[in-house]
Amino acid sequence: MRRGIALLAAGALALSVSIATSNDASALPPPRINDEAILGIEQLDGEVREMPRTLAEYGFFLDAAARSPAPGLIPYELNTPLWSDGADKLRYIYLPEGEMLDTDGDLDNPGLLQFPVGSAIIKTFAFGERYVETRVLVHRADGWVALPYRWNQEQTEARLALAGARIPITTPSGEEISYRIPNKNQCKSCHSKDGEIVPIGPKVRNLSFRWLTRMALDGHIKNILVKDPIEGPLPVGGSRMPEWNDEDASTEVLARAYLDVNCAHCHQPGGGASNSGLDLRWEQSDRFAIGVNKPPVAAGRGAGGLLVSIEPGAPERSILVHRMDSNDPGVAMPELGRSTIDRKAVALMRKWISEMGE
Amino acid sequence: MMRLTATALLLASAAPVWAETHTISPGEGAQERLQEALILAEPGDEIVLEAGRYTLTDGLSLDVDGVTVRGAGMDGTVLDFTAQEGSGEGLLVTSDNVTLRDFALENPKGDGIKSKGADNIVYYRIRVTWTGGPKPTNGAYGIYPVESTGVLVSHSEVSGASDAGIYVGQSSKITVRHSIASDNVAGIEIENSRDAVVSQNFVTRNTGGILVFDLPGLPVMGGGNVMIVNNLVVDNDTENFAPPGNIVAGVRRGTGIMVMANENVWIENNIVQRNVTAPFMVIAYTQPYEDERYNPYPREVSISHNITDIGGTNPDFEGGEMLMAAFGGALPPILWDGLSQDENTVALRTIGDVPGWSLNLERQGQSLSEARPGPLDVPAPISLTEADDWGAPAELEARIG
Repeated sequence: MRRGIALLAAGALALSVSIATSNDASALPPPRINDEAILGIEQLDGEVREMPRTLAEYGFFLDAAARSPAPGLIPYELNTPLWSDGADKLRYIYLPEGEMLDTDGDLDNPGLLQFPVGSAIIKTFAFGERYVETRVLVHRADGWVALPYRWNQEQTEARLALAGARIPITTPSGEEISYRIPNKNQCKSCHSKDGEIVPIGPKVRNLSFRWLTRMALDGHIKNILVKDPIEGPLPVGGSRMPEWNDEDASTEVLARAYLDVNCAHCHQPGGGASNSGLDLRWEQSDRFAIGVNKPPVAAGRGAGGLLVSIEPGAPERSILVHRMDSNDPGVAMPELGRSTIDRKAVALMRKWISEMGE
Repeated sequence: MMRLTATALLLASAAPVWAETHTISPGEGAQERLQEALILAEPGDEIVLEAGRYTLTDGLSLDVDGVTVRGAGMDGTVLDFTAQEGSGEGLLVTSDNVTLRDFALENPKGDGIKSKGADNIVYYRIRVTWTGGPKPTNGAYGIYPVESTGVLVSHSEVSGASDAGIYVGQSSKITVRHSIASDNVAGIEIENSRDAVVSQNFVTRNTGGILVFDLPGLPVMGGGNVMIVNNLVVDNDTENFAPPGNIVAGVRRGTGIMVMANENVWIENNIVQRNVTAPFMVIAYTQPYEDERYNPYPREVSISHNITDIGGTNPDFEGGEMLMAAFGGALPPILWDGLSQDENTVALRTIGDVPGWSLNLERQGQSLSEARPGPLDVPAPISLTEADDWGAPAELEARIG
């Protein structure tokens, strides 16, 4: 066994949840997150709300504007986040009482945290102070359900937007765009593996060492192997993704992490774009599978007259760059979730491909 | 809309006892109303699109099994995607046993209707049109089922696709019939698929009429068992307007029926006229590939009893004039590159009623300048005994009665 490896016994070191709860308790009863709403089962009033109509029904937040998370909501951030028109994102997870996350090394989804039934993942998209939408993933007995909630202009309520919506937004880079809230099916387009809805963001390799350690210490996560603090905790077979703004990380590592986070939920076996044969997962080591000298299959005009996904040394002749650098709906990749071009990412891809050897 | 009482939940997986009809009309909020109906539908339900033009800004999607989407006819109900701002297709279907019928899509920015992993799907009287005619800026595929078992496309029409009008990929048990494909780069394309019947279609003014391809490096490989019978394949003379890079960008203007790297393909009783490069073309895949599963050669392709004309009178390749002169004014109707897997494997069979020629190439990737064109000399077809279970399952036929 390697030196310094210790298995943290699940739950043995449970400490208090270190999340800021609302200040001192008032006379009101303690707020409670609505497990029935998450599970989609019969609630106190005898009604089943399989798709709660407002975000407030879950009780995730103490205030109507969702600025104060309720006790039990755990914030997290990702090393390399999904890019969505430059929106800020506030991410939380919720675990039902006494339940834990698991890193049991699922080989089909390496590194993805396993959430117990009754969990929820909550992500709010904001431009400046303005909340635009909150996406909720709830884990029910028969699988995950993804639901989008749209914030009103007054920022007092987020209502279910099953069919999605378009909202005029000025992005941080100053572009005026028609921001797209995805419809419920489009949620599934990305959150899909072999036809089942799954989370895609919270992979162990894409979460910070500090966060994972605290989660382990707090008894919220099991089956973590804690190596030395520099490398951080790992699931079996895992490795670490860089922080997106880490200037010391290699171009290749940054590029592969970006592709994994932004593209691989579709571009992998069993994903929405599996028929392309392009596999952009972090763990894919076959160069052809990640697009090197790979001809397009059904890219149609998205190929833009180029012959291969990635031509080493020639970003201008690489379909991957062409599609990331376009806003045309028949060309742009990803197909969903962006109305603007991620210029930093395009620059990164150009650099990576131009440095790439034959 | 929430009808999920406890009892209903118990029965939700069973037959659609309480199938409902949801009627949608065009006008204000059509995008949201239609998309909500597609999301809230339950297995067995029917979504009825009233006549009129629906202005849509985003792609639609359906992920509920057993739903029928029915319009008021392919000229009556038009989903207009001219102002589409997002999504890679007009309509995406990802659930099984879906029936789409009697409506049209116009000017989707990417593909028209894509169904992926959607088994037993029916496209009946569906029209997908890019109204500006052939343009490289048009979307890629009109009707695009992929990775599915059980596909029936019937009485449908696609025109203007910058790749393939009706494109079935990585699927099996397929029927494409009684449909019209015009003004696309490829009219009808069957790719990496098995057990397909393409019959009684009218395929005209495309760059290439009907293509049967097998390509390497895809999740589903090994295309074969394809029957192309009783089609009218005429005047496929549109200049190739595919964006370069796509496989069909290499298709020659004036190709009628083309087979590349496939096995057991039957081409019979078609009328194939005025396809000025080659009414029939049978070739190997010649680009480099790394895929041990892949067989780049055509095997057991039979061409017989077709009605065709003199053949290639205006071929779309260099040296065509010289070749035509050598063959006495026109290129014989059947063109084979001469490549086969090995001596024991027959690439092409014909009954000799229609003349052909071979480039007599000897190895993959060989330059055409090394071709030694000569008359076709191949064996006669052997009888087809196994085709009974090709084509869409009978249940799909029954659905449109």
